[in-house]
Amino acid sequence: MPPLADPVRALDAESLAWVDALRAEGHVHDEAVARLHALLLRAARFEVARRRATVPGRDQGELDDIALQSAGDALVAVLAKLDDFAGRSRFTTWAYKFAILEAAVKMRRRPWHGRELPIEPELWPNFPDDRASPAAEAEQGELLAAIRAAMDEELSPHQREVLVAVALNDVPIDVLAERLGSTRGALYKTIHDARRKLRRRLQADGLT
Amino acid sequence: MSEHPDHDDELVQRLLGPSQPELTCEECFQHVNRYVELEIEDGAARADEAIPGMRAHLEGCQACEEEHGSLLALVRADGRAKHRD
Repeated sequence: MPPLADPVRALDAESLAWVDALRAEGHVHDEAVARLHALLLRAARFEVARRRATVPGRDQGELDDIALQSAGDALVAVLAKLDDFAGRSRFTTWAYKFAILEAAVKMRRRPWHGRELPIEPELWPNFPDDRASPAAEAEQGELLAAIRAAMDEELSPHQREVLVAVALNDVPIDVLAERLGSTRGALYKTIHDARRKLRRRLQADGLT
Repeated sequence: MSEHPDHDDELVQRLLGPSQPELTCEECFQHVNRYVELEIEDGAARADEAIPGMRAHLEGCQACEEEHGSLLALVRADGRAKHRD
């Protein structure tokens, strides 16, 4: 990747006020932390509300608890990383992302509590078959068959397991990371490397 | 061959991911706040130009894309609220 063209710009007045107050001591600091918690709680509630349909049957109290826990965890993260805030966006936008991350991860994990993760492919279409079909569909079917073969022949067992779970079986990457004692970033790197192997193989076979 | 060509297209995309160079999840989290503000203020093309590899990562990583979408929606909602004030 080329270096990011990411100049640091001067802090806007509102962001500067946030940072100054959070770095202060005594009453000013305490009041800023309380305002920050309220801001993060609003972001966490926003995320929980967006995902409410993914956890049917949960009562509002349980969802409120998730938002509150997320805001608390995000508050700790924001305060710990305050020195990393460099003014590339408004302070509030920077802070929001921590609350959204915490709430999103908790909401993704909730429906999978106590459930076994599917590790066998569940979404493969049935192919090849002998039905007549338009050329484009036939080509796509041929490509899928080649990908399936490349997954068996090119990927390590770990790469196959992760790619199958996330790409074929709709297991959220954060859920898989929790079960495997890993992180989203590490598992995505595994997926990225697996995809690169598959592309190379398809290219070698003249399919891309 | 499948009876569901749209499903097959999506499956190929999920398995092969983006073909362009992409950020990691950690880099995505680091830059997503600036990216959404650029999207809102200057448009998606300018955001993609300023932070290369972000768009490809969002195409390849469902979790990061969902959180990017939420942050974008929340910041947009803030902007609308400020205009109403």
